[in-house]
Amino acid sequence: MSSQGIILADLDGDRTWRLADYVKRGGYEALKKIIAEKIPADEIIGEVKKSGLRGRGGAGFPTGLKWSFMPRAFPGAKYLACNSDEGEPGTFKDRDILRYNPHTVIEGMIIAGYAMGCERGYNYIHGEIFEVYDRFEEALAEAREAGLLGRNILGSDFSFDLFAHHGYGAYICGEETALLESIEGKKGQPRFKPPFPASFGLYGKPTTINNTETFASIPYIIREGGDAFLALGKPNNGGTKLFSVSGHVNKPGNYEIPLGTPFSVLLEMAGGIRGGRKLKAVIPGGSSAPVLPGAVMMDCTMDYDSISKAGSMLGSGAVIVMDESTCMVKALERLSYFYFEESCGQCTPCREGTGWLYRVVHRIENGLGRPDDLDLLNSVTANIMGRTICALGDAASMPVQSFVKHFGDEFAFHIEHKKCLVPPQVQYEGSKIYVA
Amino acid sequence: MLSPESLKKIDQEIAKYPADQKQSASMSALRIAQQEKGWLANETIEFVAKYLGMPPVAVYEVASFYNMYDLAPVGARKITVCTNLPCALSGGVHAAEYIKKKLGIDFNETTADGKFTLKEGECMGACGDAPVLLVNNHQMCSWMTEEKIDQLLADLQK
Repeated sequence: MSSQGIILADLDGDRTWRLADYVKRGGYEALKKIIAEKIPADEIIGEVKKSGLRGRGGAGFPTGLKWSFMPRAFPGAKYLACNSDEGEPGTFKDRDILRYNPHTVIEGMIIAGYAMGCERGYNYIHGEIFEVYDRFEEALAEAREAGLLGRNILGSDFSFDLFAHHGYGAYICGEETALLESIEGKKGQPRFKPPFPASFGLYGKPTTINNTETFASIPYIIREGGDAFLALGKPNNGGTKLFSVSGHVNKPGNYEIPLGTPFSVLLEMAGGIRGGRKLKAVIPGGSSAPVLPGAVMMDCTMDYDSISKAGSMLGSGAVIVMDESTCMVKALERLSYFYFEESCGQCTPCREGTGWLYRVVHRIENGLGRPDDLDLLNSVTANIMGRTICALGDAASMPVQSFVKHFGDEFAFHIEHKKCLVPPQVQYEGSKIYVA
Repeated sequence: MLSPESLKKIDQEIAKYPADQKQSASMSALRIAQQEKGWLANETIEFVAKYLGMPPVAVYEVASFYNMYDLAPVGARKITVCTNLPCALSGGVHAAEYIKKKLGIDFNETTADGKFTLKEGECMGACGDAPVLLVNNHQMCSWMTEEKIDQLLADLQK
């Protein structure tokens, strides 16, 4: 873990997550300022807009704009939800935020609740990181005890309470309406939109859902100003961002760096490629983002615009690095299995299509590929994309399309020669147990 | 059917939601029930349903949708290894193979003495810690080299 940013800066692992430590780092100053100066909600949303903060969960939607969609004057309950259901292969940043700096998420949510007129929020935490859920509960208890949560926060007439809700093994619950269904105690199947959560969300009430890292950025923006946050990154890509670097690097981990940092610099921070091997490919934004050849990535900077121009997505900032020992067919086979396994089954194109994708890639990898299989894969993806309620179908299709597009020769070799282009022993060596 | 301690924990979960939305606690209630019973038998699911004032099938729907609930008996220790791509690049598959060899079982099998069940997991959101595995859903073990796996299995044998 290393930070040139605002969320993971000045932390000392497991030793500095408590309320007292957070306050020493300037924590809850933003909230205190809002309460003391009675800053109007519009001004807060304006500051968030000015910061250029874009949703850190994957879609990159401008946060301030999203907040402005909430009908603040709507009578009755309004809700806030934090999406900490981090299960996109390659993404592991929210876990570090929640276990090492939970109060910054809590403060960010309280401020969001104030700005949007919500009285209650839920943080939906990925079931597999249960120890983090327990810690977040402890942090909530500390905040409640200190009068930062609950009725009449810090003696004002503003009330907001926050609770933790855990998932229990379903990738789809990271989709925001599936997440709401799950908080309602149902199976996590996405809802058809419209209506959008800002008008019909949790329990049918107006709701805003943001990612953990998005909320964690809010205290800084209010404390230091939107302009200061924007200046940390580059125009339209404000701030610093966490990048989770995994795969064939010497030092896998989270790196918090300014948006716009060259990929080559990030790779160097992560210790470069293991064993002196050559970079082959990078998935720059979590397993759903299109893969890019290493050479293309080396010319990119790590921000929404640059990665999008190169033909992929910054997504959640999960950078999966693959070196020359990687068989691209095998890599895609594993990802396709994941989407097949995690499709919720609600929409036929996704339920059936993800099974088709996995089975066809599986047979290519196992020497049973047929000459027209690549056309078949493209045809299946064309029949999934844009034909489903949520984005999981697209997320399953984009890796297939991009792997075939950029590494088509390797797929063709498999089909023709019934074996991998990369010798099995090389693959074996490259994917052995590696601990930095 | 569930212990007073479990019921107390479930009550704390129910209190997190609006008074008319008790069903929101179904996920945590099932988790608490599974922690007590080891797995979720139909009677346990029915009990949870009754406790929350829900139709049993609605609770079964939740229990069968999320993959960390066990609807059949598992060993005293359930080990779930992530083999997804980022983990696989750093030895997730090798770690799983090593555990299979040590325990003499495949994925979705339980050792003859009933001590261990092995599962293949999907992304746990901890790819930087690869190889990574979970013990009984809640204990995450990071950077699992062969030596650390040996140690873990020995500790869990006790």
